[in-house]
Amino acid sequence: MTLPLFPVAASTLAPRVDALMLYVLGIVLTFIVLVGGFIFFFALKYHHGSRADRSSPVYFSLPLELAWTVIPLVLTLSIFFWGAELFIAMREPPADALEVYVVGRQWMWDIQHAEGRREVDALHLPVGRPVKLLMTSADVIHSFFVPAFRVKQDVLPGRYTTMWFQASKPGRYHLFCSQYCGTSHAAMGGWVTALSPADYQRWLDGASAGGVADSASGETMAESGARLFHRLNCAACHRDGASGAGPALAGVFGRAVQLEGGGTVLADESYLRESILRPNAKIVKGWPPRMPTYEGQVDEAQLQQLVAYLKSLKGA
Amino acid sequence: MTDASAASPPFTDREQQREAARIGMWVFLTTEVMFFGALFLVYFYDQHIFHDAFASAGGRTDLGLGAGNTAVLLLSSLTMALAVRAAKQGRDRALFGRLLLTMILGSAFLALKGLEYARHIHEGLLPGASFVYEPAALARPAELFFYLYFVMTGLHAVHMLVGLAWLAVLAVRARGADGRVDLGTPAEVAGLYWHFIDVVWIFLFPMFYLVRGH
Amino acid sequence: MEPLDYLHDGDTVSSWLLTTDHKRIGLLYLFSITFFFFIGGFAALLMRLELLTPAGHLVQAETYNKLFTMHGVTMVFFFLIPSIPSVLGNFILPLMIGADDMAFPRMNLLSWYLFMAGGFFALSAMILGGVDTGWTFYAPYSSVYSNTRVITMAVGIIIAGFSSIFTGLNFIATIHRLRAPGLTWSRLPLFVWSLYATSLIFVLGTPVLTMSLVLIALERLFGIGVFNPALGGDPLLFQHLFWFYSHPAVYIMILPSMGVVSEIIPCFARKRIFGYGFIAGSSLAIALLGFLVWGHHMFVSGQSLYAGLVFSLFSFLVAIPSGVKVFNWIATLHKGRIYLRTPMIYALGFIGLFTIGGLTGLMLAALGLDAHVHDTYFIIAHFHYIMVGGAVMGYLGGIHFWWPKITGRLYSDFWGRVSAVVVFIGFNLTFFPQFLLGYLGMPRRFYHYPPEFQVLNVLSTAGASILGVGYLIPLVYLAWSLKYGRKAGPNPWKATGLEWTTASPPPKENFTQIPLVDSGPYRYEGEEVAFD
Repeated sequence: MTLPLFPVAASTLAPRVDALMLYVLGIVLTFIVLVGGFIFFFALKYHHGSRADRSSPVYFSLPLELAWTVIPLVLTLSIFFWGAELFIAMREPPADALEVYVVGRQWMWDIQHAEGRREVDALHLPVGRPVKLLMTSADVIHSFFVPAFRVKQDVLPGRYTTMWFQASKPGRYHLFCSQYCGTSHAAMGGWVTALSPADYQRWLDGASAGGVADSASGETMAESGARLFHRLNCAACHRDGASGAGPALAGVFGRAVQLEGGGTVLADESYLRESILRPNAKIVKGWPPRMPTYEGQVDEAQLQQLVAYLKSLKGA
Repeated sequence: MTDASAASPPFTDREQQREAARIGMWVFLTTEVMFFGALFLVYFYDQHIFHDAFASAGGRTDLGLGAGNTAVLLLSSLTMALAVRAAKQGRDRALFGRLLLTMILGSAFLALKGLEYARHIHEGLLPGASFVYEPAALARPAELFFYLYFVMTGLHAVHMLVGLAWLAVLAVRARGADGRVDLGTPAEVAGLYWHFIDVVWIFLFPMFYLVRGH
Repeated sequence: MEPLDYLHDGDTVSSWLLTTDHKRIGLLYLFSITFFFFIGGFAALLMRLELLTPAGHLVQAETYNKLFTMHGVTMVFFFLIPSIPSVLGNFILPLMIGADDMAFPRMNLLSWYLFMAGGFFALSAMILGGVDTGWTFYAPYSSVYSNTRVITMAVGIIIAGFSSIFTGLNFIATIHRLRAPGLTWSRLPLFVWSLYATSLIFVLGTPVLTMSLVLIALERLFGIGVFNPALGGDPLLFQHLFWFYSHPAVYIMILPSMGVVSEIIPCFARKRIFGYGFIAGSSLAIALLGFLVWGHHMFVSGQSLYAGLVFSLFSFLVAIPSGVKVFNWIATLHKGRIYLRTPMIYALGFIGLFTIGGLTGLMLAALGLDAHVHDTYFIIAHFHYIMVGGAVMGYLGGIHFWWPKITGRLYSDFWGRVSAVVVFIGFNLTFFPQFLLGYLGMPRRFYHYPPEFQVLNVLSTAGASILGVGYLIPLVYLAWSLKYGRKAGPNPWKATGLEWTTASPPPKENFTQIPLVDSGPYRYEGEEVAFD
């Protein structure tokens, strides 16, 4: 009968979260002791029938009111700043992060590594390297939660959300869905397996490191995306140079795109996805609204492959 | 002007009762602001995202009918204000007449609205299975525009109906009052409600009729 | 000749069902919400039994999902939100300000019928198969994917919302205009201030919830994409609309409890409250600031970082006025003469448990911590400490404080204190392990869980059974007191406050002559007293 009381800390951010928790816990316990202590102390000392000194009772004290307003205010602001700083760090993935694409659907996690391996309800990653997840849902809102890493992020239909972490020690850690998503919400999860860099490379090359069936297709996501790009005939309009019926896509990712009717938009993953599903939502300046929609022809996992491909096109 | 009745319990004097009625109506109108406010939020958020589609869909509403309705409603607020004035002066016959005028104008508003709805449905602009829109690329957000149009003007129309019923009751009281009952506060409170419905329309009008694309 | 008391002034069914007497309406609510409390409690019992084992074989997944939805909906909308305002507020407020009734007695009756109509739809939704969206109805699950009775349930909550709105409206008008001569704002008892602040939230927040649920229902019916991304909608829009009400709603649930505590402490410490102005002001501050923090439910929802920063900051600010109250209550005890009667045990228990729950809120307001504990049992523990350890204890304290006034009978203080202690112990055993479970990572709304979480779950279930017993005991001795309890005089607690100047139970018109107020509240002398 195990009785764990504290989760393992297996990411670089986890100890920072725990440190903040301990700080706040310290403040919380102090006030609980103060409040509880004073209640007990007063209830005893001033219990009716006791001979305590009750002369000149006080009903108001501005210094006290200010003290117990300002001191808690200062303490709470300190927690705010620390929590904010930590959260900002959680939101800023390092530039060299490994990219993993996630599609959550009722009731499973469909995970594709940029390098090509695909897995279900499992995520293998190397210790010591940051990993960035680009996630979307095929249906309702889910949430990707790894308690050992101390992070979670809701996974939404219709857009991408991101999260990142860096595993700090090898091991197997729970992966949960933490946003109620229907009947088998509690079953939607699995294991995150952190491997030494060597083991991870072996896994990537095809050896199965868990019991879950997954595919080693041998091609990277960008390569899968390239195949899709040609199969769906995107290449017919999106040619290199200015010769096509649609804008050239070399270097499109991360560029600031000028829109018809004014305004610019950053061509991030969400923009690329939207452009494939709802091409007329944002028209690129100087181009007619002629692109057909591919809604219904590609699923979320394939969209991620296309996005990975487009991201790989280095620019002019 | 004498009151036939003293303040009704739990009030101890009529002024107290009048003020409580006014406070009650103002608080109620605040809740109405929050009701419509939530819908306004949805509209403005969607209008921001689907700017072009909303401008296009906005061109399909009937500006003439909308402007006409606006005029009718503003006029009805004038007659209502005059009715409240008559009530406060104890002139129940004038009150009755002006209430009647207000009700006629309010009914005219609803009739025009019904006409508009019928036209929209005929043109395939009722959201749902029968919705048709050109250009097709804008169809979905245009449907959202018309959904908000029907929900918000529909909610407004429901409030108008309640208002008409309220004025009808007040009119009946005015008819039977003959200067014996002080209808000043009931009229004032009904007037506040009526004016509020008017104000809501003054916001709805530009949102659905004046947002027109090129 | 003595006027009949309100309980006996008319004994036909229609004199109860068509009453406009705020006291009878308060009792009608008492029966209704107690009924819903036990429905919600029964759901909780089944949930805790299911969670005794990791594999969860007691009920199926679908059933479990319907149970936690039912638990949340009944407890929030049909028990906690109406509890103190509609039972104690309705009964006590006019008495406390020296009025004969609420400003709009017929609207008050309408409020109860609206509550019952809403409850009817909610019960129908449950009987016709249940709802499995959670009380939070997130889209697009609730508006597109769920196959359960969402619209029926939404209609029930919408109708009950109007009950809230009219109650709040009534309270505001009553407090503004029906105070007895001499009862200025600065002489108002703090319970009245808390009801006023609560009423502001009722009228400003509830309409937004109503609209959110209307939009969900319409989206289900007509398939339009306001929230459904597949049709171009935005699921976060629903969350913003929903939480805009549902966060202030938690202040609806706690402010009246704090008001009750502010009445009990001075009476049972025989001392004027410390920092009256600051306590009154803090109620208003909480009501106002409470409208500015809703996004703290959405830190990891996909909401922008900047929004998160603002909501986090305000969430810390809203904690300050609550702390101010707690410190002022404790300072009231200093140099008081303390009587640990049942209401006082509940009030002191409230302070302890609310403090714990509120302080854990600081952990949640911190963005970097919330990222870990959001949507886990940590949150469940946090809000149950405040809602159950706080609001329900305050409600029970108020029931025990004003019971003699309401019924004219005294209950057994011994059994009162026993059940308060049983509730306190059972409560902590139920919910403290859930803080640990949450930090360990057990998510909410899970009908099964990894085996290493079992011990803590078993402890929690054990606590829940004790807590359940603690809630059943008062039913027994309070009912017993109705027939066999000693009769109470007008003021068994020797309390200040206008409600104690009239008979127990009061006559229908409350006061035989209009009271005149010439001093502030809580003019206790610090003397030894003999309670009845």
